[in-house]
Amino acid sequence: MAGQNEDRDHITGTATTGHEWDGIKELNTPLPRWWLNIFYATIIWAFGYWVVYPSWPLISSHLPGVTGYSSRAEVAVELDALKAKRTAAAADLGKVELAAIKADPKLLSLALAQGKAAFGDNCAPCHGLGGAGSKGYPNLNDDDWLWGGTLQDIHTTLQHGIRSTNDDKTRISAMPAFGKDGILKKEEVRLVANYVRTLSGLSTETGFDKAKGEKLFAENCAACHGDKGAGNKELGAPNLTDAIWLYGSSIDEIVETVTNSRAGLMPAWGARLDPITVKSLAIYVHSLGGGK
Amino acid sequence: MSIQARYRSMSANEVAWAIAAAILTLMTIFIASKATDAGYAFHMYVFALAGVGAIITLGKRAAANVPAHPLQEIDGKPNYHMGPVKFATIAAVFWGVAGFLVGLIIALQLAYPALNFDFAYIQFGRLRPLHTSAVIFAFGGNVLLATSFYVVQRTCHARLAGEITPWFVVLGYNLFIVVAGTGYLLGITQGKEYAEPEWYADLWLTIVWVAYLLVFLVTIWKRKEPHIYVANWFTLAFIVTIAVLHLGNNTTIPVSIFSPKSYIVWSGVQDAMFQWWYGHNAVGFFLTAGFLAIMYYFVPKRANRPVYSYRLSIIHFWALIFLYIWAGPHHLHYTALPDWAQTLGMTFSIMLWMPSWGGMINGLMTLSGAWDKLRTDPVLRMLVVSVAFYGMSTFEGPMMSIKAVNSLSHYTDWTIGHVHSGALGWVGFVSFGAIYCLVPWLWNKKGLWSDKLVNWHFWIATLGIVLYISAMWVAGIMQGLMWRAYTSLGFLEYSFIETVDAMHPFYVIRALGGALFVVGSLIMAYNITMTILSGEAAEGVEASKPALVPAE
Amino acid sequence: MSLWNKHAIFEKNSIILIIGIIVMISIGGLVEIAPLFYLKSTIEQVKGVRPYTPLELAGRQIYIREGCYNCHSQMIRPLRDEVERYGHYSLAAESMFDKPFQWGSKRTGPDLARVGGKYSDEWQFQHLVNPRAVVPQSIMPGYPFLAKNELDIPDIAGHLKSNRIGGVPYTDDMIANAEKDLKAQLNPDDPNAAGLEKRYGKVQVRDFDGNAQKISEADALIAYLQVLGTMVDFKGYDAKANYR
Ligand code: HEC
Ligand code: HEC
Ligand code: HEC
Ligand code: HEM
Ligand code: HEM
Ligand SMILES: [Ca+2]
Ligand SMILES: [Ca+2]
Ligand SMILES: [Cu+2]
Repeated sequence: MAGQNEDRDHITGTATTGHEWDGIKELNTPLPRWWLNIFYATIIWAFGYWVVYPSWPLISSHLPGVTGYSSRAEVAVELDALKAKRTAAAADLGKVELAAIKADPKLLSLALAQGKAAFGDNCAPCHGLGGAGSKGYPNLNDDDWLWGGTLQDIHTTLQHGIRSTNDDKTRISAMPAFGKDGILKKEEVRLVANYVRTLSGLSTETGFDKAKGEKLFAENCAACHGDKGAGNKELGAPNLTDAIWLYGSSIDEIVETVTNSRAGLMPAWGARLDPITVKSLAIYVHSLGGGK
Repeated sequence: MSIQARYRSMSANEVAWAIAAAILTLMTIFIASKATDAGYAFHMYVFALAGVGAIITLGKRAAANVPAHPLQEIDGKPNYHMGPVKFATIAAVFWGVAGFLVGLIIALQLAYPALNFDFAYIQFGRLRPLHTSAVIFAFGGNVLLATSFYVVQRTCHARLAGEITPWFVVLGYNLFIVVAGTGYLLGITQGKEYAEPEWYADLWLTIVWVAYLLVFLVTIWKRKEPHIYVANWFTLAFIVTIAVLHLGNNTTIPVSIFSPKSYIVWSGVQDAMFQWWYGHNAVGFFLTAGFLAIMYYFVPKRANRPVYSYRLSIIHFWALIFLYIWAGPHHLHYTALPDWAQTLGMTFSIMLWMPSWGGMINGLMTLSGAWDKLRTDPVLRMLVVSVAFYGMSTFEGPMMSIKAVNSLSHYTDWTIGHVHSGALGWVGFVSFGAIYCLVPWLWNKKGLWSDKLVNWHFWIATLGIVLYISAMWVAGIMQGLMWRAYTSLGFLEYSFIETVDAMHPFYVIRALGGALFVVGSLIMAYNITMTILSGEAAEGVEASKPALVPAE
Repeated sequence: MSLWNKHAIFEKNSIILIIGIIVMISIGGLVEIAPLFYLKSTIEQVKGVRPYTPLELAGRQIYIREGCYNCHSQMIRPLRDEVERYGHYSLAAESMFDKPFQWGSKRTGPDLARVGGKYSDEWQFQHLVNPRAVVPQSIMPGYPFLAKNELDIPDIAGHLKSNRIGGVPYTDDMIANAEKDLKAQLNPDDPNAAGLEKRYGKVQVRDFDGNAQKISEADALIAYLQVLGTMVDFKGYDAKANYR
């Protein structure tokens, strides 16, 4: 054990505490002034903060703070300000007809900006960032529409969705699962699938009997897809005569469609997004290239 | 040994331990036979195996005539018990390398998702908790066990309390690590960050932890110097507080003893507060208090200088442990936790800044009069740089606790950058420094096998850290700004997926930095191995002599 | 120096030191945690929040098992951009039956607090099996094994019971029918489907993974994802009354 309180470190000249552990001693250096001052400053600042903002819990409530601050109140104010900013830039989109928005360049640019913003987070996961779609998720850039491509049609589609599970007015039409439900036999499905391919000039399998296929089509499919297979937008039944396929044009994919039906689901956005956003989205989608 | 080997009967102590092990074995085999989950059954067999192993080891101990009650002192010097310390040191190196490697893998998975291989057991969501647990609890925990058991003996000038208990602590802790880690891969998790192990692993850890506290405390009672050294204050605070946190955050109700699954009694917002009371103080007491204890022994020892300020030790110790507890809500800013609690979390985090820096000042200023040693001693350099990183992350932390800053940083890679400046810079480097000091002391070597390799380790790892944290700062701040960016017309500018895309280059740079850090740790592992296997023996060192007790 | 000498009492007596430590670390925790259990403002008064159905609870277990919380938050903060991107800020009431809470701390992927109903089951399924098939830029891992694995949750009633001990209001009826309710939620024609809806209220009953023949882990996980954020009835929610 080293000496008494007199013990000093020879390099710094500071006294040690006189204890030693495994050769380690401690200097009795006073607390650094700057350190102590900043520490005090942070404590004083904390007291000030408690006065201004909600802080200490009590028996049945908490200190509210003199500003009455609430993060929830703050965001409500900010959202209102945002809305005001948007309306100030043009007009309240909520009060203007779709067609009128389309006609006014200022309103249009506002709607397009809003539509683009909402599209990225809500629609892109299915339809792609550019709206080009993928298997099962229609391309929104072309002018081939399942349910109609007018502004109003698109708006209805967005508002209520397609086969959505949580909207009573959703667009519904169910192509029967001809194979699975036993409406058509396996060979018949194959026949009609081959026939569908002829509608857009695609090749057929060898030995395919076109007349039989045509008859099956007329009996089972024409009700929705039309006599010539040109589709029916009332029923969301696609045009089968063009080169655009939602689920693919190979014979196997068509057989799969006819056997099990597809019944893709598009959510109803009216239940989720506010009306102005849905309107803007309709304008945006309409402008993507294929709007009617 | 074999020449003079003769049997002795097992001591009462050994018999008691063997009975406990037998009970564990029977109980776990019984549970395994009825377990509802294959992973759980596997874990029960692991416990059973450990029990059998323990019984055999205890028998062998008697057979090899290892003294049941070794001398407390030899020639007036403490007969230090360094076996468990050695084990924990090696385990630390092993788990360190493993944990960093898993970190590298998950870093690569974020840059190249194909590396998940669509394979359940190695996908990101399971490997990430493996990484955090491996580095914090396996690597960090073993470093803490090794250093605390070493330091408490040396500074109390007394042999570690208990003979078998310290071994139980070290081996039992590593058993916990194995069960926890394999559990994540098998999908057994509680889903609470840093507290993922399920109820039975928690229970086991509780037993081990109580034993740890007892060994430590009783050793302190044996001390020769009437005052307890400051390093031991910090270790004691670490052990006690971690016990309290562990119990509070793992209060779960198992579905049954045959099911690995349990449900925490807290729910929702209260559970969130419990979780971050735990999580933040796991940082404060595991990654900070425990490692400050390391600093308080190894820095003055290595620099051969007295600790800078005893008074600063006192103030910053009490202020640190008092204030840390309050800071948890800074992990819950702007959440559904009421605003009043967020205010407390923020203000106490700010007040925590200076108490944290008190530790940094005490560490750095201990070098006054010895700064020149930094040029020649790469180990000391590692220790000092770690303290500087500690200072940096305890400045950054309070800054990120300010609500306005946190609204940007929360959920982003900025947090990850902050974590790793603390984790790689502070926890990593102070551990490496301590290990480099310990190994020659423990194995009676003149020095490390190669000081040059330490230098390489230092520079490669430093470069790795710089790449890692600067990439994450840029990525995190960019991510935060992109999320909140508005166009001039007042609409969100970026979709989420565009922000994901923008992270890619930074994830690549981070992985590169991580790879360098891994390389550094491999160099260390090599150097340590060579030191133990072939380092030059020290003459006349007063470090632990192999004495009468063969360590392992 | 004199005041400093007083500290010796802690340095010389480990028990006093431990007591000092315990006192110091207890205060902050007590003051911050205890009031959350008694202050009425902590959890908002809202309608609609119900305990998870057995199938949703099983899905939640898979969410936890796969570590989705490592990348996804379930907590929309009251910040302008988050409310615009994800919807109404999250309420404490919405997670009041969550054990453990899954608010998360990192958003490598988007927030999921209101993902329920945002996409079709089919999209969720395709996205789980191969995220990059639907979102080319995604860095999320694929989980094809969830579609293959049969859902195997032994003793689902035991899970409900554990939750009930922790305060989730599962009734005896719910616990007794747990197994049946789990299956019923996957099949609208199941004789138990009506009982399920009677017990829990608003429940989405259908096959979720596109394979009615099989009860897969994907079924459960998608059922869980589809209920996230859909319980609270915001029409009857008084926002101003819950500023705190
Ligand atoms: C869950 C995936 C999904 C999401 C998200 C989604 N859609 Fe769709 N959408 C579909 C599917 C599937 C169809 C085709 C339904 C059918 O087969 O009739 C569709 C159809 C449409 C149509 C009709 C196309 C036509 O040819 O008539 C429009 C327009 C459309 N989506 C726009 C949007 C917009 C705008 C959003 C975002 C607000 C969006 N979708 C989000 C899946 C989705
Ligand atoms: C009740 C109306 C209805 C009937 C009857 C019907 N379909 Fe459809 N069909 C649809 C709808 C609606 C779709 C849109 C796809 C979907 O379900 O999302 C569709 C889609 C298709 C497609 C996929 C087109 C693409 O772009 O991939 C094919 C092929 C098809 N039908 C063929 C047939 C054939 C062949 C028959 C008769 C055997 C038939 N349909 C009968 C309504 C019908
Ligand atoms: C490596 C990180 C990571 C993990 C782990 C992960 N995800 Fe994701 N997740 C993402 C990313 C990135 C996106 C955004 C891109 C996309 O849609 O795929 C995403 C998107 C999603 C979405 C779409 C959200 C939306 O609103 O667009 C859902 C739902 C989802 N993940 C669910 C899950 C589930 C369930 C799990 C666990 C089984 C999981 N994720 C695991 C990274 C991850
Ligand atoms: C080679 C070195 C390392 C690499 C490459 C690495 C990489 C990573 C990665 C990729 C993540 C996930 C980040 C995310 O989800 O976005 C992570 C998380 C984490 N790592 Fe590391 N890591 C390394 C070392 C360490 C060390 C030494 C520690 C601690 C002592 C550590 C502690 C953590 C913690 C606590 C998290 C979770 C952070 C959070 O949830 O906010 N890591 N690491
Ligand atoms: C005064 C000291 C410190 C303060 C006030 C502080 C504060 C913070 C804050 C505000 C966050 C971000 C929380 C969020 O937004 O989610 C955070 C995260 C974190 N910090 Fe610190 N920090 C401090 C020191 C340290 C140190 C020294 C380490 C050592 C390794 C560390 C490790 C971590 C970890 C692991 C996380 C991530 C937790 C998670 O989300 O999983 N912190 N800290
Ligand atoms: Ca985290
Ligand atoms: Ca199914
Ligand atoms: Cu923290």
